[in-house]
Amino acid sequence: MTAYILRTLLKMVLTLFAIITLVFFATRMSGSPLDTALGDGLTEEDRVLMIEYFGLDRSLWYQYLAYLRGILEGNFGLSFIERRPVADIVLERIWPTLQLLGSALALTLVVSVPLGGVAALWRDSWIGSAVMGLAFIGYAVPNFVIATFMVLVFAFSLNWLPVVGNGTPWHFIMPTIAMSGVLIAALTRFTRNAMLDVLGQDFMRTARAKGLPEPVVILKHGLRNASVTVLSVLGMQIAGMAAAGNVVIEAIFSWPGIGELLVSAAIMRDYPVLQFGVISVAFAVVVINALTDIAYVVADPRIRMAKG
Amino acid sequence: MTSATHIPAPAPFLLTLWRDSNIIEKAAALVGLALVFMALLAPLIAPTDPLAQSLISRLRPPLGFERYKDGFYLGTDELGRDVLSRSLYGLHLTLGLALAGATIGLLIGGTLGLIAGLRGGWVEDAIMAAVDLQIAVPFTLLALLILALFGSSLTVMICVLGIAGWEQYARIVRAEVRRINELPFIEAARASGGGQRYIALTHVLPNIVSPLVVQFTLSLSNIVILESTLSFLGLGVQPPTATLGSMVGYGRDYMPTAPWIVIAPAVLIILVTFSVQILGDWLRDRADVRLRDR
Repeated sequence: MTAYILRTLLKMVLTLFAIITLVFFATRMSGSPLDTALGDGLTEEDRVLMIEYFGLDRSLWYQYLAYLRGILEGNFGLSFIERRPVADIVLERIWPTLQLLGSALALTLVVSVPLGGVAALWRDSWIGSAVMGLAFIGYAVPNFVIATFMVLVFAFSLNWLPVVGNGTPWHFIMPTIAMSGVLIAALTRFTRNAMLDVLGQDFMRTARAKGLPEPVVILKHGLRNASVTVLSVLGMQIAGMAAAGNVVIEAIFSWPGIGELLVSAAIMRDYPVLQFGVISVAFAVVVINALTDIAYVVADPRIRMAKG
Repeated sequence: MTSATHIPAPAPFLLTLWRDSNIIEKAAALVGLALVFMALLAPLIAPTDPLAQSLISRLRPPLGFERYKDGFYLGTDELGRDVLSRSLYGLHLTLGLALAGATIGLLIGGTLGLIAGLRGGWVEDAIMAAVDLQIAVPFTLLALLILALFGSSLTVMICVLGIAGWEQYARIVRAEVRRINELPFIEAARASGGGQRYIALTHVLPNIVSPLVVQFTLSLSNIVILESTLSFLGLGVQPPTATLGSMVGYGRDYMPTAPWIVIAPAVLIILVTFSVQILGDWLRDRADVRLRDR
């Protein structure tokens, strides 16, 4: 098992390295970053200064190595627009994003685990079909469309909820629901499949045979065993989906988090911010994936044995 | 046996599919067809030029509301442009972009998957490492980066959509190639002197068509969602050209007073993703058992 953990960690480090490399060369492939980012608004003097600061007159490999060194030293560059370290800018944005992610994930868990369980238990009746139909809708409607319709109804028509910012608990309602839609759809499907797997196992029959009441069988033997799979899905798949959804939802509701920062940096072409933002979110997703993978192996003795 | 394809002739195949589909799937098929026709015929059936502005008829509501202006059935936007015509052209562009993107993804992923499956060795490892990387990084982030760096034009958008889903094709094709490679008829072809490329194109490819068709349909809906999301954020095709997503995005500013600017394209987006997704699931269940529950 130690070998498996080491291999997972090594893969994680390689992935992180590949992401940095990819982002760096993508940025440089588009020509001089100064031209794309600042265009005409730069005096000749500033231009020379910035070329020197960013080392843009050196070879690409030199710049790449310099960038890697900067990252190792904790120097990620300066924002073109705000002229201060990008790490500071991104750090300020983390807390609001974590709050929104936390509430969205909580809602997702609270809704989709029971729904998925219900869909598995009543798979052949209309209840199961209804739940899967709902999950389908969550998958097929883009989150920005859900958000737009919610704003239309609850903010503009009924005047119940605020649209912009994160000032009060009321501000959480629409972004949380809009972000959770697709996550709930995905997790409901996964929970249902995990439950179906568990329900067919021998130990369920044993539990019933020894006379345990049905709710205890379902909750203690069924759901508990399915939850390992559900939690691993939460880390492996939902993390990436949440990171993508977060970008859109924060931009819509002007939520002062990382997603909103990335979109505005993309629109204003503030590429150091964008570069660092993309790298750090991708880092977070990759690290969560790897840790979940390891936790999954540690938690489940069957896999622990199989993977050595 | 020269061709190993097991796909029946098109007409009876479609007829059978129609017969064992339920009411929702039939509705999705009809809506999908209607949308495709609307998109294709947009230049012919749109009542006005989608870019024609008319400042005296700004923000007029749709048919049946007070202040409705004759001829603008779904109302007008902030520049007096016809919402119906713009939605039709937007649908045209959205579906066109999605098709182009999915096709590029299919070509890139299919080719890489084929190479990985047939070549093996370090080539396969390298390709599969790229696949893993693509899966690990949320693609929306990369799309933001690419669009910011290379500008938002139709060409860049098509490229972004093209690289959005290639890894799925690469995985499917590689797995299928490895499976098929073990089958006796490939061995026979090899024994009778068929070259690597000949075998790939005439024996392997025809046998992986049906999983590819299924994946193509399923990915269309994801690509429509990605495209409209990026356009919605203002990073897609730039105005005055509009896709459904950018219509919703720019129309948001007028939502309190003129919600129809947003509702028409948003409903079209939902119809597109719904019908495509239902058709994709339906094809998957009927055409290829191995892909079920994915």
